[in-house]
Amino acid sequence: MLFTIQVNNRKIKAEKGETILSALNRNGIIIPTLCRMKDFTPTGACRMCVVEVEGRDRLVTACSQPVEEWMKIHTHSPRVIQARKTIVELLLSNHPDDCLYCERNLNCELQDLSEELNIRERRIKGRKIKPRLDQSSPAIVRELSKCILCGRCVRVCEEVITANTLDFIKRGRNTHIGTSMDRDFNFSSCIHCGQCLLHCPTGALHEKHNINELQEYLNKTELIKAIQYSPLVTVGLADELGLRYNKDTDRILNAILRKIGFDMVFTMGTGTDVYITEVTNQLISKLENGTDTPLFLSACPAWVKYCEQFLTPWIPRLSNVKSAQQITGVLIKTVVAERHKVKPENIYSVSATPCLAMKFEARRDGMMRKGISDVDAVLTVRELARLIRLYGIDTSNVEPEPADEPLAGRSSSAFLSEVSGGLTEGILRLLHFQLLKKEADKQQFKKIRQAGSFREISMTIDKFTVNAAVIDGLTGIEKYKSAISAGKSYDLVEVMTCPGGCVHGAGLSSSTSRDDIKSRAKLVYQADDSEPVNLPCRSPHLINLYDKILKDDPELSDKKIFFTHFEKRNVLL
Amino acid sequence: MGTELDLILKKYKPGKREDLIPMLQEVQEHIGFLSEEAVVKIGNYLGLSTTKIYGLATFYDRFRFYPAGKIKILVCNGTSCFLNGSQSIINKLKEETGIQPGFTTRDGNFSYEIVSCMGGCQNGPLIKVNGEYHTHISASQLPELLKKLKYVLEND
Repeated sequence: MLFTIQVNNRKIKAEKGETILSALNRNGIIIPTLCRMKDFTPTGACRMCVVEVEGRDRLVTACSQPVEEWMKIHTHSPRVIQARKTIVELLLSNHPDDCLYCERNLNCELQDLSEELNIRERRIKGRKIKPRLDQSSPAIVRELSKCILCGRCVRVCEEVITANTLDFIKRGRNTHIGTSMDRDFNFSSCIHCGQCLLHCPTGALHEKHNINELQEYLNKTELIKAIQYSPLVTVGLADELGLRYNKDTDRILNAILRKIGFDMVFTMGTGTDVYITEVTNQLISKLENGTDTPLFLSACPAWVKYCEQFLTPWIPRLSNVKSAQQITGVLIKTVVAERHKVKPENIYSVSATPCLAMKFEARRDGMMRKGISDVDAVLTVRELARLIRLYGIDTSNVEPEPADEPLAGRSSSAFLSEVSGGLTEGILRLLHFQLLKKEADKQQFKKIRQAGSFREISMTIDKFTVNAAVIDGLTGIEKYKSAISAGKSYDLVEVMTCPGGCVHGAGLSSSTSRDDIKSRAKLVYQADDSEPVNLPCRSPHLINLYDKILKDDPELSDKKIFFTHFEKRNVLL
Repeated sequence: MGTELDLILKKYKPGKREDLIPMLQEVQEHIGFLSEEAVVKIGNYLGLSTTKIYGLATFYDRFRFYPAGKIKILVCNGTSCFLNGSQSIINKLKEETGIQPGFTTRDGNFSYEIVSCMGGCQNGPLIKVNGEYHTHISASQLPELLKKLKYVLEND
């Protein structure tokens, strides 16, 4: 039901039941917000969005107050502006003010607000807190002195990730964001997905940098510097560096990376193709044995840690194939080392991904061979963009170059795995092709390309009926459990921690909006439609790898390097 | 200790989150503090994450996460006691025991806490030692009192 309310002496239409804020935004009136997150229950904690309602003594928070018919609202009256200004001044009163050195400089919501509200002096002085910097996690750094206690990380960890790692600890001015028993991150139930730092308005949560370490290694001439990047990195970099993404961007990135000083550039897509092939083999043997237990994909490292902590009975069901990054990493340290006649310890292997949990994954137990880690450093897309800017490379004026053999190409299935459901689609397509020797009809996969945290697909391929489920965001696990208790059974289950898949990864631009995620997913689907090689088994690089390189190497022909193990983690849940 | 904890848990319904505070109170009353084991068990019992329990419990000053000392001193810092000089008592205690309020000495003998009011406003500054009130206390009396308490503790 629509009715009219008066805002700033103008009449606008509002809908019954919506909040003042959504009515204002729909009519093109913008008011600042800070603790608000779209699609979450409003908390009204920061009081940034206060407006004046005639007839009410106090200012009301627009994000939580339902709009009513009699309302006469002033969004920018002197009283409101003064109140907002005071709020930001109070937030800044104990802020470290080291914006120049801050991770989020020029990209900080608090900075934007203070600029927007024209704050030009420190009027209120507060006692600055100097908590210890928590650098214990391999992926996330917690700088509590910059925290403004908006609670967004707490809400995203509880409502989207369901890991419940963060909460407000203590009370009053001693309040801070912390984990259970106030432990450091590495001892907590944090799964390193990084959604909290994607939602942090300031620099209180940010990724752990590997840039300094990397720069040091880039200068060492005795080492061979190799880099692998996931197919989505190019899309993310195009956002960060203001390029236009097209099919040449991958090859331009190869040239840029060589200019920075990397000796070899590989694509992680080859590793994804290996992953899809190995999992398909596991699925085929599972279908032939006719076992009931589903096969859980282990491609998402945050999900793997979640399973190791919260769903320990499911650990044996996790497919023990390493993730694409680790497969590519181990191939670099074995096949590439062999090819170039260098010792694996003399290769410094870097990976660039849109995922934060991969920083953690590279440090996992079981991710090394003969004491040499598969991947030495992991960069997020943000870090890679920073590195490219640091080396002053003119990205508009680079000749495209191919990646290095033998990990130089991928199928479009590998790219598809960056969206939630894509890995399942890739595996089922390959399964279809391997069993029936013809391609599956793409229309069948429409069901798992839709939105929703739990999607399912049932396909009859040859003599098998394959039921697959896609859990898009960890909230879908509840739906999966209820589907199981309703008597359904699945053969293949894909879980992606970040809703939407890797296109929503925490290593991508920190101002990721819902439209950005959609447009990235669209690019992935477009590539899948237009690229000629859409099955891993048709990719010439994979054929070369499997039929020549791996077969000829007696040490690698058993393919043991592609597998790892998972075990229960002893953390406070 | 584990069995005592289980007995307390049995009194409550599993999964009933609103029982959290009474449960924490009862555990603290019987065991003396909220151990990690207790927090984990309560979390499993109620289906809550330990972070949420820890976050809630740290909101209240009464809950503690390590055992209190054998001699537990409560120092009143209410308005009346404050005006009568409770701050000097707190400073003296800090100096004598070498610990901050809310903590326990390494030997496990002493712990002290600051409370807001114990209702003895005409008798301030007021402290309570293991349930026994000491009125009109002054900072200069404290070293002797602590020595006496320690003597009793060691020879008991």
